[in-house]
Amino acid sequence: MELKRVVVTGLGALTPLGSTVPEYWNGLINGVSGAAPITRFDASKFKTQFACEVKGYDPENYFDRKEARKMDLFSQFAVVAADQAVADANLVEGTYDPDRVGVIWGSGIGGLRTFQEECVNFANGDGTPRFNPFFIPKMIADISAGHISIKHGFRGPNFVTVSACASATNAIIDSFNYIRLGMADAIVTGGSEAAVTEAGIGGFNALKALSERNDSPETASRPFDKDRDGFVLGEGAGALILEEYEHAKARGAKIYAEVIGGGMSADAYHITAPHPEGLGALNVMKNVLRDANIKPEEVDYINVHGTSTPLGDISEVKAIQTVFGDHAYNLNISSTKSMTGHLLGAAGAIEAIASIMAVRHNIVPPTINHFTDDDSFDARLNFTFNKAQEREVKVAMSNTFGFGGHNTSVIFRQYND
Amino acid sequence: MSEIAEKVKAIIIDKLGVEESEVTPEASFTNDLGADSLDTVELIMEFEKEFNVSIPDDQAENIATVGQAVSYLEEHAK
Repeated sequence: MELKRVVVTGLGALTPLGSTVPEYWNGLINGVSGAAPITRFDASKFKTQFACEVKGYDPENYFDRKEARKMDLFSQFAVVAADQAVADANLVEGTYDPDRVGVIWGSGIGGLRTFQEECVNFANGDGTPRFNPFFIPKMIADISAGHISIKHGFRGPNFVTVSACASATNAIIDSFNYIRLGMADAIVTGGSEAAVTEAGIGGFNALKALSERNDSPETASRPFDKDRDGFVLGEGAGALILEEYEHAKARGAKIYAEVIGGGMSADAYHITAPHPEGLGALNVMKNVLRDANIKPEEVDYINVHGTSTPLGDISEVKAIQTVFGDHAYNLNISSTKSMTGHLLGAAGAIEAIASIMAVRHNIVPPTINHFTDDDSFDARLNFTFNKAQEREVKVAMSNTFGFGGHNTSVIFRQYND
Repeated sequence: MSEIAEKVKAIIIDKLGVEESEVTPEASFTNDLGADSLDTVELIMEFEKEFNVSIPDDQAENIATVGQAVSYLEEHAK
C-alpha cells in the first residue's frame, strides 16, 4: 500500500524562553538562556538550585480556577500548547472529521508534583488514607492526551508515549505512522513535562545528572564545552499538528514542513548511561535516514540530543561521525538545550519545533555557552557555537534519547508549493 | 447562618468555583453547582477534614444538596 505524505500545519509552545512559538524562536535565534534560580519550591538545601522554568506562568490566564485545580502543571502545559497549535493550524469545526483527528502526546514522568503532594499529605497524617479523588487522574501521564481530546472533541487515536526524554519524539513518530498508514487525518502531538519539584530535582541530583553550577545558572547548560557538568532541568510543552498532505491542501492549511522519516532503536546496554560507542544513536540515525529514503549528504542540520552531560555528548557525536562520514563537517549541529534546558519528555517536541523553524527560516539556532574546546570533539565539526547561523536548511534531523536506552530521531524537509 | 453553614458554603465556593449567590440551601451539587461524581467525593472529604467527622459512604450518598450537607454536619460535627 502506498504511504501518505505527512505535513506539519500547526505549532504551539510554552517554554522557558517564551510562552508562544514566536517568542520561543526569537529566544533561540538570539541565544537566550532560560535558566534562573528555582521559584517553584525552596531549593536552598538542594545541590542544584536553578532550572529552566516557564516564566510568569499563571494558570488563571488559561483556565478557570476549578479546572486548573484538577490538572497537574504538566497537563496544563499540554492543553495550553495544544490550544495554540490547533488555533495556528486553523483546525476549525466543520473542516475535519473529529473521529479521524487524534491526540498522541508524550510525557516522561506525568504529574510528579501531584504524586509528591499526595504522598506527603499521607505521610504527615495518622495513617488514615485521605487521598484526593483527583489524585490518580491528575497524576497519570496519559491524562494530558485525554484533556486535549475532551477540550477539542478529537475522537481519533488517543494515548501518551512514555520513553523518558525520548517520549515526545516517540509520540511524533507514532503520529506520523498512523497518518501515513491512513488511520487518521490529523493528530495533535508533542509533549509536556513539569518536573521542577523537590522530587524531580532531588532525584536527578541523586543520579549526578544535573549541573550544579549555582553561581552561574545561565551558563550551566553548555553542551560540548570542556567544563560541562550535567544537564539543566527544564519544563514546558511543545505541540505540533501533523496532517495528511491532501487533507491539509483541501482545507487550505499553511504548511510549515514535511515529516519524511522516523527512526527508533535501543541501546540495550545500561539504564542511564549511553552506550560508550553511541551504538543506539548510530542505529537510530541510520534507521531514520532509511525511513526517509534520503542519503546522509542531504541532511543540513542536526538538532542533537546534546544534554551537556560528560558522557552523552561524546557518544552522540561519535555516532554522527560514523553515520555521516566527511559530510559531518558540512552539517550544522546544535543543542538548543543550551538555552531551554532539558524538558525531558517534552524535549523532542520543542526541539522538533526548533528544527521545523530552522527549515522554514533557513537559520540554525546556536549551541550557547561555549567557552573552552573539549579535545574529545573533532574541531572540524560545526556545533554552531554561541551565535545562530544563516544557511539553507532543506533537511533537519532531530535526535532525542531517553533513560532506558530509548533512541528516537525524526527528519523534517522544507516544503515548497 | 450557623458557623457550620458558613464553613460549608466557603468549602463549596472554593472547590466548585461557584459564586456565593448560587450556594443556596436547595442547590444540588450535581444539578445546580456543576459538580461531577469526583467533585462530590472531594467535597465529602473536605467536610470530613474540616469538621473532623467520618461520613460513611451510605450516608454520603444522601448528601446531595447544600442544605443536606449543613444539616448532616450540624448533627454530627464534633
